[in-house]
Amino acid sequence: MEVTIVGIKWDEILITGDPIILGSQIAILLTSLGIIGGLTYLKKWKWLWREWITTVDHKRIGIMYIVAAVLMFFRGGMDGLMMKAQTARPEMSILDSQHYNEVFTAHGVIMILFMAMPFLIGLMNVVIPLQIGARDVAFPQLNALSFWLFFSGAMLFNIAFVVGGAPDAGWTSYFPLAGKEFSPGIGNNYYAISLQIAGLGTLMTGINFIVTILKMRTKGMTLMRMPMFTWTTLITSVIIVAAFPIFTVALALMTFDRLYGTHFFTVAAGGSDMLWANLFWLWGHPEVYIVILPAFGMFSEIISTFSRKQLYGYKSMVVSIVAIAVLSMLVWVHHFYTMGSGALVNSFFSITTMMIAVPTGVKMFNWLFTMRKGRIKMTTAMLWSLAFVPNFVIGGVTGVMLAMGAADYQYHNTLFLVAHFHYVLIPGVVFAVFAGLYYWWPKMFGFMLNEKLGKWHFWLFVIGFNVTFMPMFFLGLNGAVRRAYTYSAESGFAPLFMLSAVGSVILAAGFAVFCYNIYWSIRYADRNISSDPWDARTLEWATSSPVQHYNFAKLPEVKSLDAFWYMKKNNEGITLKDEEIEEIHMPSNSGLPFLMCVAFGIVGFFLIFEWHLLAAVSTVLIIAGLIYRSFDYNDGYHIHKDEIRKTESTWKKMEGKVNNHVS
Amino acid sequence: MEKSTERFPLTHVFGFVLSLVLTFVAAWVALEMNLSFTIVMWIIGTLAVIQAGLQLFMFMHMTEGEDGKVNIINIAFMVFCAVVIVVGSIWVLTSGHAAH
Ligand code: HEM
Ligand SMILES: [Cu+2]
Repeated sequence: MEVTIVGIKWDEILITGDPIILGSQIAILLTSLGIIGGLTYLKKWKWLWREWITTVDHKRIGIMYIVAAVLMFFRGGMDGLMMKAQTARPEMSILDSQHYNEVFTAHGVIMILFMAMPFLIGLMNVVIPLQIGARDVAFPQLNALSFWLFFSGAMLFNIAFVVGGAPDAGWTSYFPLAGKEFSPGIGNNYYAISLQIAGLGTLMTGINFIVTILKMRTKGMTLMRMPMFTWTTLITSVIIVAAFPIFTVALALMTFDRLYGTHFFTVAAGGSDMLWANLFWLWGHPEVYIVILPAFGMFSEIISTFSRKQLYGYKSMVVSIVAIAVLSMLVWVHHFYTMGSGALVNSFFSITTMMIAVPTGVKMFNWLFTMRKGRIKMTTAMLWSLAFVPNFVIGGVTGVMLAMGAADYQYHNTLFLVAHFHYVLIPGVVFAVFAGLYYWWPKMFGFMLNEKLGKWHFWLFVIGFNVTFMPMFFLGLNGAVRRAYTYSAESGFAPLFMLSAVGSVILAAGFAVFCYNIYWSIRYADRNISSDPWDARTLEWATSSPVQHYNFAKLPEVKSLDAFWYMKKNNEGITLKDEEIEEIHMPSNSGLPFLMCVAFGIVGFFLIFEWHLLAAVSTVLIIAGLIYRSFDYNDGYHIHKDEIRKTESTWKKMEGKVNNHVS
Repeated sequence: MEKSTERFPLTHVFGFVLSLVLTFVAAWVALEMNLSFTIVMWIIGTLAVIQAGLQLFMFMHMTEGEDGKVNIINIAFMVFCAVVIVVGSIWVLTSGHAAH
């Protein structure tokens, strides 16, 4: 039965007929009701609005990014487990081929754009302004808008599978498959529209952090005195600003093709499907460096702190990241050697790709030399960093194998490739964000995550990860292709697939321990810890934990690299004299970014369903928001001296030292 | 942040309107005028370059930088990216199989 009112097919909005999806719909409904009920019962709505939704505080925005990223990790991980269950035995029928396509598409997009990116951006938000001794980012309200646009895009993408149909053309969404001709449903509109909205947020983050780092460093912090995480964030932001516009344009062209019948990517009317692959990877390859560089920065901080030594080869680290940034714009063709651009093109891009291994190798040795002769403390954060080195090297070495254009004809589109990029993304990004979370958790919340549970989390995850993905290298070399929902018993793939599936269960157990650790620590962890529990080296530890909303009562002055270490050593600038306290100017909260999130969500939803008139009309909401913002002259407010005096006295004795009783 | 003395952003509005006009002219040339493919490409290509230049001056504060060195690095990087994206794409898409 078809129900059509005002040109809308109402019965096609909710997906029906699949028990797994029906289960999810019910679960989503119940969870939403539960959250709404819980907030109402505890009378937390006002608190949520005032303290979180309207906040422009970089630390809170960072925490919201991280919460969203952990939830997205859960969703993407469930998708991964579903695929592993489906391929555990030959000819399984948990997922049919269409459903498998939808699942790997959702998994890829969510893991990269809605898990890795926000997790890293979240940690950047929390840490960077503190590390450079600033009170916020350069444009606090824009920062909130970045978050809310990301959130809007992520939520749109996440409802696809229950409302209207999920995209199914892979996270790369190659044409012609992703075009209207071969994917007539609305599923792939979700890809085009929601990534566009989230991408705008990312672009704004990039601009915001470039300006913040270049313009807001505290006195004495020259470029070559910046902590390594700040450096990598700066370079990452530059790559974001260089690469994301390409994706914006490509997605816009895709939207035109799918919604308005243009032919940028269809050969029929003079377009080029290869142009999509070309533009996608012009963005896509820099994107992998956007997620890896901040991770490198975090490992640098953590390795240096727990080896209790200055980072080895600081200058060569800086040169390496700049070199990686430039090279990352020059390698995109290695994703489609088999498209047949000819020997000269393939050779050129093989060479540029292999060249990236050089600065990466430099960094590896720098980390090893930082640890050499250091007094290493085996904290959970350090364990993740230690495990990163060998695991990432496996990913890197197989990457150099894939980089050879001629050899890639053999590896292309097999599980060897899938194993390779999980070996870079999981040790490179996931280990990093876990390490960063354990390391900066006390800074965010004033208590630590449990170290013992942390070690369980670590070992289960690392072992599970290797058991899951190591077999995939061999499966791929034996000819198992990627994105295939099943295989025959005669192929002989069964034992390795089974092993890999078992590994993914161990991996999932590790993640479960992580979630339990968060729960346990929130309830039971010791709240009485010092503001500098790791005896760390950089400025974020020079203030209280959790950080007071104005960050620093008096902006620190930097005299060398590892500024806080220097301050502690020479007992300089740690104390606060009463006459040094001055009023502090802070930006006001604003509900506008959240309202823009809603507006973009509504417009995006209408566009996805191709309800053009409604979309056009509701665009007024976005324009109204822009106009309102243009006439918004709110200059913020001042914090009075008394309040600062009171806050500061709760965590440090005036004229006294930082109390340092736990380590 | 210091407040800007001039509150109404005249150049921005002007640049915005001009960009819209250029875009609509391009669409009109391509859709409504019966010109040959090459001529259409030349016209809209020219309009695109004009618009890009316009936006650089109207929106991107090309003329306002106080810091010469930063500006030079910016422009160099911008040119590098533009060349890689445009020349690179054309090279990749017109050699090998794609050429036949
Ligand atoms: C947590 C455990 C994970 C498991 C069990 C897992 C498993 C899988 C599986 C089975 C596939 C599809 C293989 C195929 O049939 O082609 C896949 C694809 C993919 N995974 Fe993961 N993965 C995990 C984590 C991640 C992470 C952390 C990322 C990124 C940060 C990631 C990014 C991707 C991407 C981009 C694809 C390709 C999707 C596509 O083909 O379009 N995965 N993963
Ligand atoms: Cu690449």
